[in-house]
Amino acid sequence: MNRIDKLFQRREKNILSVFYTAGFPGLNDTVTIARHLEAAGADMIEIGIPFSDPIADGPVIQRSNNRAIANGMTLKLLLDQVKQIRQTVTMPLLLMGYLNPVLQYGVEKFFTDAAEAGADGLILPDLPPEEFELKYRKKAMQAGIHVVFLVTPSSADERIRLLDSLSGGFLYAVSLSGVTGTRTSFTTEQDEFLKRLQKLKLKNPVLAGFGISNSESFHAACRLANGAIVGSAFISLLENSHNLQAQIEGFIHNLRSLPVPEGK
Amino acid sequence: MTYKISEGGFYGEYGGAYIPEMLWRNIEELRTRYMDIIQDESFQRRFYSLLKDFAGRPTPLYFASRLSAQYGARIYLKREDLCHTGAHKINNTIGQILLAQKLGKTRIIAETGAGQHGVATATVCALMGMPCTVYMGKTDVERQQPNVARMKLLGAEVIPVTSGNATLKDATNEALRHWIAHPLDTHYIIGSVVGPHPFPDMVARFQSVISAEIRQQLTEKEGNPYPDYVVACVGGGSNAAGAFYHFLDDEHVQLIGVEAAGKGLQSGHAAATLALGKPGVLHGCKTLVMQTADGQITEPYSVSAGLDYPGVGPLHAHLFATGRAKFMSATDEEALRAGLEVSRTEGIIPALETAHAFAILPKLNLSKDDVVVINLSGRGDKDLQAYNQLI
Repeated sequence: MNRIDKLFQRREKNILSVFYTAGFPGLNDTVTIARHLEAAGADMIEIGIPFSDPIADGPVIQRSNNRAIANGMTLKLLLDQVKQIRQTVTMPLLLMGYLNPVLQYGVEKFFTDAAEAGADGLILPDLPPEEFELKYRKKAMQAGIHVVFLVTPSSADERIRLLDSLSGGFLYAVSLSGVTGTRTSFTTEQDEFLKRLQKLKLKNPVLAGFGISNSESFHAACRLANGAIVGSAFISLLENSHNLQAQIEGFIHNLRSLPVPEGK
Repeated sequence: MTYKISEGGFYGEYGGAYIPEMLWRNIEELRTRYMDIIQDESFQRRFYSLLKDFAGRPTPLYFASRLSAQYGARIYLKREDLCHTGAHKINNTIGQILLAQKLGKTRIIAETGAGQHGVATATVCALMGMPCTVYMGKTDVERQQPNVARMKLLGAEVIPVTSGNATLKDATNEALRHWIAHPLDTHYIIGSVVGPHPFPDMVARFQSVISAEIRQQLTEKEGNPYPDYVVACVGGGSNAAGAFYHFLDDEHVQLIGVEAAGKGLQSGHAAATLALGKPGVLHGCKTLVMQTADGQITEPYSVSAGLDYPGVGPLHAHLFATGRAKFMSATDEEALRAGLEVSRTEGIIPALETAHAFAILPKLNLSKDDVVVINLSGRGDKDLQAYNQLI
């Protein structure tokens, strides 16, 4: 059984997934960071495939992409790193990235090789769901790898149902308009969107992403979703890191801690 | 063989809408409504009235007698340089701002490289009283100061983009990011036949007025609407798309696109995407893209800031794949010399982009009855500094 499914079978609440960019801050930190994250108590990791033109990302992730590419990061190297990660790390692992590098690698070959390396899921935000269904869905199923789709407040209900039917593992709820890493607090727009998703009675669990940066926004998201994804805030930490292990431990601990209620 | 867009938004295998879900509603709104809006009679009336009275259309089809004598053919110049703001770009921005109004949008954003599209967008925003934000790579802001000043004078906000290499592709990234964050009130006026469907088809339709006029004007001057050659420069490819559009199904009309070979096609400093690119996805569409083996987009080079885009419109990728159009290239030096030659032979200073189209004239092996139409897409006032090296 796919590790993502196992995770959600075991636990339905407060899932913490952490996104970071492969090959950043150092080329081989991809592996080290995964180990530290598991030790610190993250539930799942999403490793970003660096791309020169990340149109859905804000400045923090853009910078990490540029640095990773300058470090010499490639998709092939990332698959080697995933194999290394899998020697010790048991939590679900997803690869997330823009379509072009995957197209150059070969989409079908990538599904197979990523699964073989030990990845459980893929998130390709600019892969149209219609094209996935027509050309690649069968291959993904054969490889035993989930492809996770994004839904946003601007997606119509019918569209959300389509994305939910194609998505494997979970549904990635981008809970606010905007690119990554540009907001710090959870808003009523996000609340309303997650409530709307609950009413749709979807087949997949829902993880909320974009705008999750601290314990307060993490727990706010967890009240209405199965968990949340933190990305830019974690990459900011890595950007200024001098002791990866200690800082990652502290970061995860702080995120998990219940926030101090307002006014106290 | 069809050269028109398919129901699903593809030209052959190129095109489509490869966008993150955050842009889905905007693109879906455009996709489902653009044809109804632009074919509506009141829209057409308003569009053509602005093209006529505001942009100065129809632009002349000028018989270039001295160039014709020099190359031994009948060479006509489609004078898009005489459009208001100095280039064909205004055809598209008029169309798109009218469309944005029909969609109820209240703000406009745009990207620009050399600044021609930025100026054309700022111009129509001033005309319609709509706020306008133009994203422009910091490098381009510095080397295209006169156009930055024009945009500001017209009331636009110019935002210098520092991400990536700080040029056109980065400005496009930033405009897309802004659109993702402001999906409801904002329309993004893309400047070329690139981006997710329906932009390539929509922009081609707005620019197709160029070839519609050529047909009519050639009929008056030559007795039939068909030239032997239509020649246009290609960066993203909007002026070429407009000049080719109404000849696409007339297979006996040879369509020739000219890309920028920079310092030489194989020098590593070129912008000839069709010659050097591989299939990929950039800015929401599948097309030919200049990239590394690992799929990272590379920064193109050309002396002309309007041609250095690492992708190309999916229509052109299809015309290239099917052989319907022939694509050639010209180096910086060939383009500069051709621009100088046209200036002194015909008294017209072409934009450096356009100069690339003229540069292939010696390579066409023309005979005296050949009718050649060159799309003179823009005027060269902005390029005086580059031309100055030659004088």
